[in-house]
Order: sequence, then C-alpha cells, then structure tokens
Amino acid sequence: MKKLLSIFAVVAFAFSAHAGTLDDVKNRGFLKCGVTTGLAGFAAPDDSGEWAGLDADMCRAVAVAVFGDRSKVEFITTTGKSRFPTLASGEVDMLARNTTWTISRDVNLGFEFVGVNFYDGQGFMVPSALGVSSATELDGATVCIQTGTTTELNLADFFRLNGISYEALPIETNDEGKENLFAGRCDVYTTDASGLSSTRAAASNPDKWVVLPEIISKEPLGPLVRHGDHQWGDVVRWSLNAMIIAEELGITSENVDAQMSSNVPEVLRLLGVEGNYGEMLELSNDWAYQIIKQIGNYSESYEANVGPDTPLEIARGLNALWTQGGILYAPPFR
Amino acid sequence: MNEMNEVRKPPVATTGIIGWLRINLFFNWTNSLITLFVVYCLYQFIPWILDWTIFSADFKYNYLGEQITNQEMCSRNLDPENGGACWAVIYVRFYQFIYGFYPKVEVWRVNLAYIMLAFALLPLLYAKLPYRKYFLYFTYIFPVIAYFLLNGGLGFTEVSTNKWGGLLVTLVLGCTGIALAFPIGIMLALGRRSKLPVISMMCTLFIEFIRGVPLITLLFFGMVMLPLFLPEGIDMDGLVRVLVAVTLFQSAYMAEVIRGGLQAIPPGQYEAAKSLGMSYWRMNLLIILPQAIRISIPPIVNTSIGLFKDTTLVIIVGILDLLGIGRGTLADTNWLGLSYEIYFFVSLVFFIFTFGMSRYSLYLEKKLKTGINMGAD
Repeated sequence: MKKLLSIFAVVAFAFSAHAGTLDDVKNRGFLKCGVTTGLAGFAAPDDSGEWAGLDADMCRAVAVAVFGDRSKVEFITTTGKSRFPTLASGEVDMLARNTTWTISRDVNLGFEFVGVNFYDGQGFMVPSALGVSSATELDGATVCIQTGTTTELNLADFFRLNGISYEALPIETNDEGKENLFAGRCDVYTTDASGLSSTRAAASNPDKWVVLPEIISKEPLGPLVRHGDHQWGDVVRWSLNAMIIAEELGITSENVDAQMSSNVPEVLRLLGVEGNYGEMLELSNDWAYQIIKQIGNYSESYEANVGPDTPLEIARGLNALWTQGGILYAPPFR
Repeated sequence: MNEMNEVRKPPVATTGIIGWLRINLFFNWTNSLITLFVVYCLYQFIPWILDWTIFSADFKYNYLGEQITNQEMCSRNLDPENGGACWAVIYVRFYQFIYGFYPKVEVWRVNLAYIMLAFALLPLLYAKLPYRKYFLYFTYIFPVIAYFLLNGGLGFTEVSTNKWGGLLVTLVLGCTGIALAFPIGIMLALGRRSKLPVISMMCTLFIEFIRGVPLITLLFFGMVMLPLFLPEGIDMDGLVRVLVAVTLFQSAYMAEVIRGGLQAIPPGQYEAAKSLGMSYWRMNLLIILPQAIRISIPPIVNTSIGLFKDTTLVIIVGILDLLGIGRGTLADTNWLGLSYEIYFFVSLVFFIFTFGMSRYSLYLEKKLKTGINMGAD
C-alpha cells in the first residue's frame, strides 16, 4: 500500500509540477489547506461550522501571512489514507494534518516537512485505581493496541527492552480502544499522548484515569508541502516560526501593537518595522505582525486548543520553548 | 333437527385477540417460552430506552435549567445519578447535520431543493396523482434545477462542494447514485445478454470488474486516479469524482439485478414479440423490461438501500456526510464523549430513509401484484 501510494504521489507530482504555489494561492484568492476529518484539539468544526484547533490555526496563520486575512482559507478534509495523494495532486497547497515527520514521507513520498507544530509521542493510560505510576510496572498487563500501526511495534520494543510481558488486545479504532478500556477489558490503552488526552477527556469521570509519564516514541507532527517549491515551503515554514519566535519574544495578540515601538531589534525585525523580510518572502512586510495580531503566538494557540485549561489538559512538556524545558526552537529572525 | 341447521360459531379460542395470541404467540410450549423470553427482554429494555431517550434526557436545557453549550453542562455529566441522553449536541449542531458548512445566507437554496425533491418524487411514488404528466416534466428537469440551486451559477453565488456536508451530501450521493445507476444498469444488463460479442464482452468485463472490487477502492480510484487521467487544467470537483465512483459501483450491481429479472422472463414472451415484428428496442421497452423490472423490485430496492448506507464510506476520502459530521462533532473538545447520542441520531436518520424505501417497495409490489406467476406455465 505504501509503495503504491508513493508511486501515485510521484506520478501525481509529475503532473502537477508547476511553478509557484504562492502565486497560485494569490491568484486564487484563498489558501487550500488539508486538515483531518476531526481530531480533538487539532482540527474540528465548532458549533458555527468554523474549523478550530492547533492545525487549523496553522492553516489560518499561512492565510494571514499571504492575504492578511484569517478567513481566506478553505479547509479540505483528508483522512490518513487520502492526505498524501491530495497534497501530491495539488488539490491542497499544504497539509496541517497531525502528520508525523518520517524519513520516508519526507524523502520517498516527495514532501517537505517545514517544521514541527506539536511534539507527540506514544504513551499509556491506565485506571488510577490500578495504582501504577510508571509503565515499567505494567508486567503482565492486557494492553489495548491499534493493529497495523507503528504504535504496535513501539509497544513490543518497549516491553522487550524492559524485560516485562504483556497481552495484546487488538482494536481497530480509537473509539473501540476507549470502550474497551472503560469497560475494563484491558488494563492499559496505548496510543499517541494527545489521543490519550482526548480519550481521557471523553470519560464520564476523567479523574479515574491517568496518563503515565513514559513517552516511548517520537512523533513530531508538522505541516508539510510538496517537494520542489522552496518559495512556498519558506512561507509556510516561517509562518510557523513567526508564531514560535513571537512567544520567545513575549509578543502576544494583545500587546503586539505596543511592541511596535519596542526597543528590542528582533521584535522590530519580526513585526516588519525594520528590515524587509516580508519582501524576501514575497509577502507584505507586516505579515508576521498580522499573524500575531489575528492568530496569536504559539503559546496562545496551544493554550486555546490543547493546553491545560482545555478539556484535553495536555501540559506543554516537550512543546515548551527550549528556554523553558521543552524542545520548541525556531531559528533566529535576522 | 333445528339444531343441526344452526350456524355454529368458530371456537372462541381461535378468534379475536385470544385466538390471535394462541396461534401466533403461544402455539406450543417452545413458542410460548420464546414469547415469554422476548416479552421479558422488552420489559427490561423498553422502559430503559424510553427513559434514556426521552424522560430523563436533556433537549436544550439541563436539569438546572441552563442552556447546554458543551458536554460538561449535560445533566449526566454534572451528576451521574441524573439524566439520560444529552440531545443538546444535536440541537446545537442541527444545522451542520442537515446542511454541512453551507453558508447561512444561502441556505434557503438547500431548503428549496429539499422541497423540490419532494415534489419531484411525488409523481414517481404515487401513480394516481392528479396532473401527474405535468409533475413528471418537473421531475425530469429537477436535477438541472437542483444543480444550479445547490452549486450556484445562473445568478446564484457559487458554493463550492467542500462546504456541503451532512444530510445534504448523503442525499445527493444516494439520489444521484440510485437515479443514474438505474438506466445505466438496464443498458448494461441488456448489453450483457446481447448476441453481439463485442458489446456483451465489454459489458461483462465492466460489470465483473466493478463488482470485483470494494466500493472503497473505487472511491480511492475516483479521488486519486481520476484526476491523473484528465488533461491538465481541468479540475474535477471532489464530490463529482465520488459521484462517478458511486454511480459506476451501483450500476454494476443494478445491471446484475435486472439481468436476473430478464432471465426470469419466459422465452415465449420474446418469441411472441418477435412474431409481431417488433424491433429489439420496441420488444425490450414494451414487453420485456416492464415485466423484468416488475419482478426485480425487491432486489432493486435492496441494492438501493445498500448504496444509501454505503455512502457513509465517503468519509474515507475526506467528504463529511451525515456520519462524518457526527464524527467531526465528536472531535470538538466541547462535545467529547457524546458518542451514544450522535450515533443514535445518525442511525435514526438512516433508519427513517431506508425504512421508507422498504415500505415503498412493499406498496409497489402489492400494487403491481408481483407475487403472481406471470405466464410462465
């Protein structure tokens, strides 16, 4: 299947290789952004039909960078299977779809990951009544696991490394895992930590469940574009970086106007007061200012969609800035 | 001897409610046992389901009288002892379930299309309708009107199909698939039985190929491969591509259903038609097909219901139909965990439509008396 997909991708790419996604987007008047069909905290339609979430914000940020208007984006829903062909065929300009950056996707499928907007990783959730505080204490446990995924292999590796045994209860969907765990048919449910958080939030009594501290795999999720269009890749990459740098510099959607008269050189460069970084990207010079003004910095987007104050209650963890114990790091803006 | 002439009433035990009960529910001891078991199950189940869906349920306000705007405000989440279903999620999201992301200012167009669909179906469903002929003209042009109404053009603002969703997409896929597959299916069925080897071979190949792969594969084909076959610059709409796949799939099945009907027509009918000097098309249109389709009604409705439910597979290619909107709602952090309510609602809507189709087919069968053996003897 994977091989077939990559062939599709290559063929599709050959057909759709045309110059300048940025120009296409500008001429069209709106951005086409591929998102999930619904994943809590990352992209889901709200009550008024507007897409909201961390990935949706990423799409909007790029729309703001190009048009200065957060509404100039059309969300195209894609599934795990259809996302790559959709991007390769040019039906969307970019994907912000909770996609793990791997070498084969980056190289073989002909895509370019422009950064990471969420560091995820496989974790474990158990009933708090089990009294377990670490995944290494799970010897002999029954584990609900989605079949045919990398999580299955990671799980086997982890238990083998720690010399403990487990019994797998194969499941197909997240819903199934949730039901099995809540009904007590398995002791442990393992999937990406963000998925565990939304499962926990969906429980009638979330306090009865705990997510264990161990994260046993790397799942850097980020936006991606097609290979070969570096100008467009730069626009998406720096839209993400601008949000991260804004957090580093303490610029928020609220204080951005006051920061225009800051005396910190990097703030002035980012907001377009000094330098011509916008022109380099073929955008208007206040593109980053508009992103921060209309979407907010990375922290604002994180807190609003997945942070501790939302039902998902995902702590910043790895996604904190490098200065605050995380690994979120953007190259300097100069 | 007077007593002999008196008409004797049937024994009390075989008439009325008691008689019906005896014959249908308590005929012998296994029968009685099963009846008692089923009654016990219903006794356990019905009060619970009524309580959950209606009596203890929240519709718009929770038990504190507040309007519900997220799952935490549902009575059953505020107090696990209290409350059944939380229908507020359906109430709040009703627009999305019915219209998807269709712009609110343009939604009258969808409503108008829904009403016109009802009028277009009327002459098809009800043969004794007064002025049926004029209604039928309307039915024929309805697809064109619906296209411009929903999609835009002719002075209407364009609403791109990725804003369509919910019941709208389900109905568009179901109706178009069923309506287009019927004539294509007939042609394929006739083609497969044709004596011209090229036509028969092509039709057989088509049918066997399409039937040999799952609908999901065809949807992927439509979504991913179809654009590659089109010349560059022609951008085929995502929904149209899915429609093509669904129609191809359904017409292959429809062809086999109708071929079954064709095979049931005794050779005498063909011979009689030919002896009257009828051409191939006249024979089929006037003699063969009316009989063949009549006896194929149950399987035609069967495959149509199947297709209607299969339209939910379009979620795989990223189109949000009724079920897709339900899943999208479940992914909203405001409504996490309300899966019972949402799946219950979606299945209810599907049940209403499929049950309606099945009842209609029963009515048709009764009207056309298809149970009667048609001259085969």
